Amino acid sequence: MTTPLTDARSDPRSDPGAPRKAYRDPDEAVLGGVAAGLAEHLGLPVLWVRVGFMVLAVMGGSGVMFYAGLWMVLPSRRHFDDQAPGLAAAERQGKRRRGRIRRLVDFGPLVAIGAIALGIAGILALVTGQGGIFWPLVLGIAGVALLWRQADEAQRERWLDSTGRINVVRAVVGTGGAAAYLRLLMGVILLVVAIMLISLGSGDWAAARAVGLAAVLCLLGLGFIVGPWLFRLSSDLSEERAERIRSQERADVAAHLHDSVLQTLALIQKSAQDPATVARLARAQERDLRSWLFDSAGGDPTTFAAALRQIAGEVDDAYGVPVEVVCVGDPPVSEKVRPIVLATREAAMNAARHSGAAKVDVYAEATPTRVEVFVRDRGSGFDPGAVAEDRHGLRDSIVDRMQRHGGTAEIRSRPGEGTEVRLTQPLGDSR
Amino acid sequence: MTRHTVVIVDDHAMFRAGVRAELGDAVEVLAEAADVDEAVAAVVARQPEVVLLDVHLPGGGGADVIRRTHGKAPDTKFLALSVSDAAEDVIGTIRAGARGYVTKTITGAELVDAIDRVAAGDAVFSPRLAGFVLDAFAGTIEVAAVDEDLDRLTEREREVMRLIARGYSYKEVAAELFISIKTVETHMGSVLRKLQLSSRHELTRWASERRLL
Repeated sequence: MTTPLTDARSDPRSDPGAPRKAYRDPDEAVLGGVAAGLAEHLGLPVLWVRVGFMVLAVMGGSGVMFYAGLWMVLPSRRHFDDQAPGLAAAERQGKRRRGRIRRLVDFGPLVAIGAIALGIAGILALVTGQGGIFWPLVLGIAGVALLWRQADEAQRERWLDSTGRINVVRAVVGTGGAAAYLRLLMGVILLVVAIMLISLGSGDWAAARAVGLAAVLCLLGLGFIVGPWLFRLSSDLSEERAERIRSQERADVAAHLHDSVLQTLALIQKSAQDPATVARLARAQERDLRSWLFDSAGGDPTTFAAALRQIAGEVDDAYGVPVEVVCVGDPPVSEKVRPIVLATREAAMNAARHSGAAKVDVYAEATPTRVEVFVRDRGSGFDPGAVAEDRHGLRDSIVDRMQRHGGTAEIRSRPGEGTEVRLTQPLGDSR
Repeated sequence: MTRHTVVIVDDHAMFRAGVRAELGDAVEVLAEAADVDEAVAAVVARQPEVVLLDVHLPGGGGADVIRRTHGKAPDTKFLALSVSDAAEDVIGTIRAGARGYVTKTITGAELVDAIDRVAAGDAVFSPRLAGFVLDAFAGTIEVAAVDEDLDRLTEREREVMRLIARGYSYKEVAAELFISIKTVETHMGSVLRKLQLSSRHELTRWASERRLL
């Protein structure tokens, strides 16, 4: 069995030489991922660690301080920089899935734990009679936690999505939309309310309002002071990221050259005595390199032309017969187009297998109303009338397939003059 | 048939040697050149009948060679020979004045045939170039009424182009359409002229949109 790809991600234990480092694990986070990270680091069940924090928090609040301290100090687990260049390249090109992204967060545990914590805190406050300072503290901690949580989210998004420039807004909010703004807003409001409550405990309502106003003004002033600095920092970050993308691209090129060209050259050297194999290897490599260099779609056969080129490669690999594809128009491969692609594949395979021709020409023309494909070889040809009833390839895979989907297939062939298969698929106006 | 005189322009010495070997005695290779300056000098000095011209060349590209020898080698025809499938480069070279385009994977016999045709003043369309042309002129039939003559293909020219794109030889095209080979050549010539002269705004837009193929 192969190692699951997610394991190669960043498990610090996978490298025996490196010192073990603790991380926060935002993927498993209820609040900041501290407990999850710590549990993994210590090899304990997450639940124990969480309960431990809760108990410490209730008994004198040291758990909260401990948690907050770890949240500030522990680095979040990184996701992008320790993959093989080939894997990372494939990921960026959309050829493989990214590491898991938790879209739907289950807020149940968070709410439950929060409620229990508040309840216990409330009981303690009632029992000890220290209500005055306690509630503002709880609110303030909640506000700070919300703000920090948002910082984590934004950071995670920047890692998962390395496209585009970073500006201040994106650095703070990420692409989180309403949830991100809500978190920021709620965090600030909770903090201000906490400050107001503290002052309310010591004096009258007017003083509390003044203190609240002062807190808001203080935050705004802080924003003005820190703003330019933050802006410069984010533009630095943006440049650094551009540099990183460039170096990633260089790594992609190196990886590709290694995977394809070097391997092929080695194979060619080994089979230098066999001209047919050498030619086939060279063609396969040419195709590969060409699609890599020139194909903006990254070889992803979601368009008609790319699908046909892929077929050409398959036929060449299977039978050593080059297939030249000329494509006019390039619609996406929809349900309507797929049958003709498959029929083309069968026709090209047939031509390569039976005709003995040195090459096969495929010409495809796609207009908004129909798709037409011609598959032509200059091989031995045959008499279409004399094809045995049990030859399924031609009848089932080409003619019947096209007819089932409302298209037509026409085969022109005479012994000695090669074969041309003409496939036509009308497209509805729906597309 | 007389041996045609040829200059081979390509920046890869290995490729030039390969072409030379493939052509063998069928043509007389006057000179080789590896960049634009060398090519211009060689073409002007030797006055070959046909120049086998790489599309991508150090010093500006194949189109530059055609432009800079303009008027200095009146009887020289250019045949673009390229590994690049980038439509804009191929169309650009044709529009600069090349009489045809073939890919580097062409066989020796086919290349000799193409040289003969170009030397005789005909156009040479590989299936791929025919595909580019059809793509570039796509949709013009419907709006034929408003377009200039130069900016659209006639139905017949389209048919010829489609057959070429399907891999038919000139002879087969002629047989398929029940016309003479001479007529096929005339159609090809007029398509080439349209490709070179058309001011068709879509042609430029198409080439820039279809940056790569």
